[in-house]
Amino acid sequence: MKPNKINELYFSDVDVPIRYDRRKFLKKLGGGIIVVFSLGELSLLQGWSQNENEDMVDFNAYLRVKENGRVDCYTGKIEMGQGVITSLAQVLAEELEVPISSVDMIMGDTDLCPYDAGTWGSLTTRFADPVLRAAAAEARQILIDIAAKKLEVSADQLEAGNGSIYVKGNRSLTVTYAELTKGKKIVQSLKSKPKIKKYKNFDIIGKSVISIDAEAKVTGMAKYSGDIKLPGMVYATIVRPPSYGSKKLHVDASGLSEFTDVEIVEEGNLVAVLHSNPEMANRAAQNVKVKWEEPEAKADNETIFQYLNDNIKENKIFEKGGSLDTGRDSSAIIIEENYQDGYKAHAPMETHSATCYFENDKLIMWASSQTPFGTREELAKTFDMPLEKVHIKQIFIGGGFGGKIYNRQAVEAAKIAKLSGKPVQLVWSRKEEFMYDMFRPAALMKAASGVDANGKLKLWKFDIYCAGTRGTKLFYDAPNNRTRMFNENGIHPLGTGAWRAPGNNSTTFARESHIDVTAHKAGIDPLEFRLNNMKDKRMAETLQLAAETFGWKKEKPEGHGYGIALGADAGTLVAMIAEVHVDRKTGEVQPIRVVCAQNMGQVVNPHGARVQTEGGITMGLGYALFEDVMFNGGMVKSKNLNGYQITRFSKTPKIECVFVDDMDADPQGGGEPAIICVGGAIANAVFDASGARVNRIPITPQRILNALNKG
Amino acid sequence: MKRSISFKLNDKAVSVNADGEESLLNVIRTYLDKTGTKFGCGMGHCGACTVIIDKEPLRACMISVEDVEGKEILTIEGLASDGSLHPIQKAFVSHDALQCGFCTPGMIMNAYGLLIKNPEPSREYIISGMEENLCRCGSYNRIVDAILTAAEEMKVKI
Repeated sequence: MKPNKINELYFSDVDVPIRYDRRKFLKKLGGGIIVVFSLGELSLLQGWSQNENEDMVDFNAYLRVKENGRVDCYTGKIEMGQGVITSLAQVLAEELEVPISSVDMIMGDTDLCPYDAGTWGSLTTRFADPVLRAAAAEARQILIDIAAKKLEVSADQLEAGNGSIYVKGNRSLTVTYAELTKGKKIVQSLKSKPKIKKYKNFDIIGKSVISIDAEAKVTGMAKYSGDIKLPGMVYATIVRPPSYGSKKLHVDASGLSEFTDVEIVEEGNLVAVLHSNPEMANRAAQNVKVKWEEPEAKADNETIFQYLNDNIKENKIFEKGGSLDTGRDSSAIIIEENYQDGYKAHAPMETHSATCYFENDKLIMWASSQTPFGTREELAKTFDMPLEKVHIKQIFIGGGFGGKIYNRQAVEAAKIAKLSGKPVQLVWSRKEEFMYDMFRPAALMKAASGVDANGKLKLWKFDIYCAGTRGTKLFYDAPNNRTRMFNENGIHPLGTGAWRAPGNNSTTFARESHIDVTAHKAGIDPLEFRLNNMKDKRMAETLQLAAETFGWKKEKPEGHGYGIALGADAGTLVAMIAEVHVDRKTGEVQPIRVVCAQNMGQVVNPHGARVQTEGGITMGLGYALFEDVMFNGGMVKSKNLNGYQITRFSKTPKIECVFVDDMDADPQGGGEPAIICVGGAIANAVFDASGARVNRIPITPQRILNALNKG
Repeated sequence: MKRSISFKLNDKAVSVNADGEESLLNVIRTYLDKTGTKFGCGMGHCGACTVIIDKEPLRACMISVEDVEGKEILTIEGLASDGSLHPIQKAFVSHDALQCGFCTPGMIMNAYGLLIKNPEPSREYIISGMEENLCRCGSYNRIVDAILTAAEEMKVKI
């Protein structure tokens, strides 16, 4: 799939899995029972019938019950802190009737695992769980059938449990998976719908399981791509221009003469200095003088919104209902406001890194990548190599949030390894991370709403610049509405891309702020206003759960305020209520408490879902209150974490997560949804606390003071 | 100029042939192959490289190796003893006070330094003592809970 196409997907609602290529893997595997299946098999998700002739070719994950009774699960998905290493093991263990400790997850290794388009969009649980469960159920049935022969009883008299097959009612007649698989190699693709367990029979799904990789992470044993050390490896420092998008004119490397054992490599705009000691490579690189041609600066962090407004003309209608004229005519009040959101960095704690080497005609790499298969493709294309000659290995990833979908560092590291003929490690500095991050794009939202004398929404007009349409399908009942999307490729002075729930943070902030503004203008309580104008019953139910948990009606201490925001992302519905304190003298905001209610269908690991929600809210407070990339044209002025404030311990409120009980439904996204509501909930709570309406995130103390002075 | 510099790392005497100005972080990771201590920002802003030097939690990226000559350094790899996790490590696991795990070694070492100074910390004391350690995944509340649990367990042990 072309990068543009993929980028478009990030900013839209993805409700179907993406289909992939077909590959064969099974020859190199040893014995045991192997069930292959496709994570994205629509037919499996819906009707469960599958073409008989597609035997064993179309799949992108498989599980293997090994001859020692342990189970391997191979998937192209990666673990970056979001916890699927645990939740995938959990669903597999449930259906296969093994303890979760018997499951080994092999993830994102391009030689061992079948193709996957990448770990993003909160897709793993939504699309991997149902088929993984089915495959595990299939494997269980195969084991029961073999056991039936071995124990000389009929299969329907047998049941599985704890890694063994038992005779029902006579647990002394038993045979372990290890005994059953010994010396066998059975390969089966998932063809029909096996019998999967019902919710009431779950032992592991729906139970809270602590991350299975936690021990490796608390002991320092977990390896990230910058922790790999290869014999003869050199460390690379790239000489960078002052601005994004610069072209190299001239290199003066004479300053390297005072260093020993350094090497410089050059190709196109890439200039890198190598040394067996990373600090020496760094110091030497500072002595290389490069003359760059910088692009003209067309906008900075203040002028960018006007720039986008003036320069993007093309638009597409995303949703439309009724007539805007009728909407206007039937409204007693009409409110128009613009909302802005500046560029946001992903700022994972691990910067982009890659370690690699060429061996004969093969390239082997460990990379901090959310898309190992995409990285493989990019590398194969760069070096004109066949795909199978590039091997991306499994490794822990120090946070992604969408930023590690893009792997410039992998291509750079491989180019340097090729040019130098040595194994290379490239770990971006924080400054490089801030320049070459593919930022969440600056966005402008123009909203117009109208309500009649009864407080009913009659008009909703929403123009979105650069934030896409993901999550913008109206769940409010506004009979006359239009949502348009404005965008233009190459409009941004910086690299832009997917940032945890792409676009949805910006649009949800704008919509939920504007709904609040409208409710207040109409003189109606914001909770009541939302419930009165709700089209989606499930959303109303989710909001009510949040309001009850929070205690919407309870007294507020002086200077405190409450704010609501609703949103939908990755199939999950979110209702958030925040309490903040605002110091009207300084404009300082202290988040006190956040309640988040979600309907995410079946909650596979309630603990994991809570951790993801807490994480999303904590991260979200950063974009709501502090984060703003400072820049002029391609020159990024935020160069380190002191110039780009993310949420800290002292700003983290008490967080409560509740889930609408829907355990028989399909599971939905969990990694992204909660974060989308933070901007709106905080903006509305700040208004409630202080009377300051800030239409631009981050909601800084200065912006609050400005709003107070104006108002 | 390179010279021999000796100190104690995780209870073992080590000596490296390094330029005195090299950062302790680089020496620990590159010379001594202890990669649990992480590089996050290189300027002391994030705390991912926190180690204990003579009982003080400090940023290894901001310390020159010549300044630790003769000192005792403890990194995440030296915290567990006799194969069993330190109470802080145990509490991070039981509270699941981590996601991607990249800030975790620095968080644990900083917490260790805090608990040496104050074995009976309040929630507020922990928050202010941990404030300069950053976690992008958003595990702060769980980290505070984990440190409180660890403090309880360490008290019982003594």
